[in-house]
Amino acid sequence: MSARESVAARWIRAALAVFLKDWRSELRTRYAMSALVMFVVTTISIILFSLGGEGASPEVLAGMLWVVIFFAAMSGLSRTFVMEEERGTGMTLQLMTPSGAVFAGKLLFNLALGAGLTLLTVVLYALFINGFVVRTLSIFLVTIALGSIGLAAASTIIAAIIARANTKGTLYPVLSFPILLPLLMTVINATRLAADGAPFSEAAGEFQVLISYIVVVITVSTMLFDYIWKD
Amino acid sequence: MILRVLLGILLTLVIVAALGLPIVQQPQHWYEFPSIPGLEEKARIIFFHVPTAWLSVVAFLTSMVFGIRYLRRKDPEDDLTSASAAGLGLLFCVLATVTGAVWAKFNWGSFWNWDPRETSIFVLLLIYGAYFSLRSAVEVEEKRATLSSVYSILAAVTVPFFIFIMPRIMTGLHPGAAGDPDGAGPVIEFKMSPNMRVVFFSSLISFTLLFIWLLSLRVRTARLEYHLQSKG
Amino acid sequence: MALQLSTHKLGKSFNRRIVFRDVDAHVGEGETLMIAGRNGAGKSTLVKILCGVLSPSQGRVVVEGTGKLNEFDRKGLFGLVAPYLQVYDEFSAMENLMLAASLRGERGDRSVYAGLLTRVVLEPNRADPVHGFSSGMKQRLKYALALAHHPRILILDEPMANLDADGMAIVRTIMREQRSRGILVVATNDPADIDAHEQKVNLNERS
Repeated sequence: MSARESVAARWIRAALAVFLKDWRSELRTRYAMSALVMFVVTTISIILFSLGGEGASPEVLAGMLWVVIFFAAMSGLSRTFVMEEERGTGMTLQLMTPSGAVFAGKLLFNLALGAGLTLLTVVLYALFINGFVVRTLSIFLVTIALGSIGLAAASTIIAAIIARANTKGTLYPVLSFPILLPLLMTVINATRLAADGAPFSEAAGEFQVLISYIVVVITVSTMLFDYIWKD
Repeated sequence: MILRVLLGILLTLVIVAALGLPIVQQPQHWYEFPSIPGLEEKARIIFFHVPTAWLSVVAFLTSMVFGIRYLRRKDPEDDLTSASAAGLGLLFCVLATVTGAVWAKFNWGSFWNWDPRETSIFVLLLIYGAYFSLRSAVEVEEKRATLSSVYSILAAVTVPFFIFIMPRIMTGLHPGAAGDPDGAGPVIEFKMSPNMRVVFFSSLISFTLLFIWLLSLRVRTARLEYHLQSKG
Repeated sequence: MALQLSTHKLGKSFNRRIVFRDVDAHVGEGETLMIAGRNGAGKSTLVKILCGVLSPSQGRVVVEGTGKLNEFDRKGLFGLVAPYLQVYDEFSAMENLMLAASLRGERGDRSVYAGLLTRVVLEPNRADPVHGFSSGMKQRLKYALALAHHPRILILDEPMANLDADGMAIVRTIMREQRSRGILVVATNDPADIDAHEQKVNLNERS
């Protein structure tokens, strides 16, 4: 028998184990990552073609950036739960690990994946889309940080819900959109402020909304996850 | 039985009053409504549009409350009530959106403008749509009930954020919205004449009672269907 | 007090179809509970409820003799081998064992697991990804995973599935050992699968 550690230490180990399992599995199979990269590249290419060399106003470009990020998230962030369901390993996890640790681990995974896809999109967007200028960099950086966290948080709990349903693919954006809309509206607005060169303090309201959104979504998700996960 | 009849009479009175009572420049009698510049006859829609919008929110909250009850007690009847309320809510939401669009066309020139209140009712419509898509995608009843309850709770906690976000993003066309210059429309609490307020609140109350009655009908029907299917 | 696993008026229905009702079973330390029934009678459903991965529609499962347990230890009481229990086949046998330990909140011990894999004749394959395993090898890996944390209640659903004669002999030894230190529950169609049982639940008569 191993030495008895505190429950908290075991919990953290279990949550990290879930995260690392997903991470290592992803590195070996690369399903989600390649899908995401292909999606972002394809979508930005389509945008470039449809703009046809003309620009669009900074406001429109700010909105489109988050459209790409949203749909990229929809194509990749459900995998962490859907994969367990499709392979039948959900029961294995249920047998061994407390549900809270499962949620924490998968949330961590989606945070990492979400950060990656946001970064990739922003970089490609900045490089290739003419007319996308950010005058207040500080606002922009905080926005994409908070935005990707909020996106991952909401996407994870919804992914857990749709993993138990049929027609998972089309259901995911349908369920996610109303929940994510407050976040999307706020980050688009903040991105516009950054594009316009507004002072940092003007975006303070947006950041407050984003932070409270993140706190509320994570808190409520933690309370509700048990009902979704357990049969 | 008698309650149904009373409700029917009340609703009839409300509808007759809303549609029939004359709107004149200088009301002399108790049954005359003041004419508001810019609105005149179009003001009548307030007796129907606002209650349907109000009910679509009430129905959603009802659905969520019974969803929470289901999560606690796992009683299938709570889920039946939750789904029935959501169904009514969807109906009223569609009505609210349509009556709102009609008003918008006559008042402001186009059917849709992404004014904050219009956007909110649209989001509510999306939530109802998502709720029913989810329900139709789960076959096991217990799971269907659990997942829809969870989703309605999730939707309910994110909706309040709109209240903070909307004013920052857009000014509104709606009466009572931020940036509304005086005289653009009747702000309910302050600008309706007393007799209009009577009809308005009667409409609100009678539509709410209608909702409660329809809900109880739907729940009773659903309960019967449930038991029939169990025996078969 | 000795370890005891019991069910009180346990029932389960799906979509209003009753799978089974009023199941009262108990099994004590050192004993074997046999769950019998035709295919589709609900053996696997009962197994899942006993392990705690499925909740009953009525009644409850009670474990006595353990004192107050935190969630990890409560889950650690059970070990399960079943056709529907999947392993992570992109990882190797050893990685699966180490993963299972961390998921249970523990630090895995590679040397101990090497011994365990030797016991189920998988030691040469310890670093091979499981997706290349034969069905017999996967079944043996499931036994290793079920035993790694020394469960006091071992539940086997179709214990001999996919195993050849050598594999079956290993399982019989495992079953005998479990009887001497805890509770064994076996769900099977074939009574020849187990040597002896003290308790029995027959699901054929219950729905």
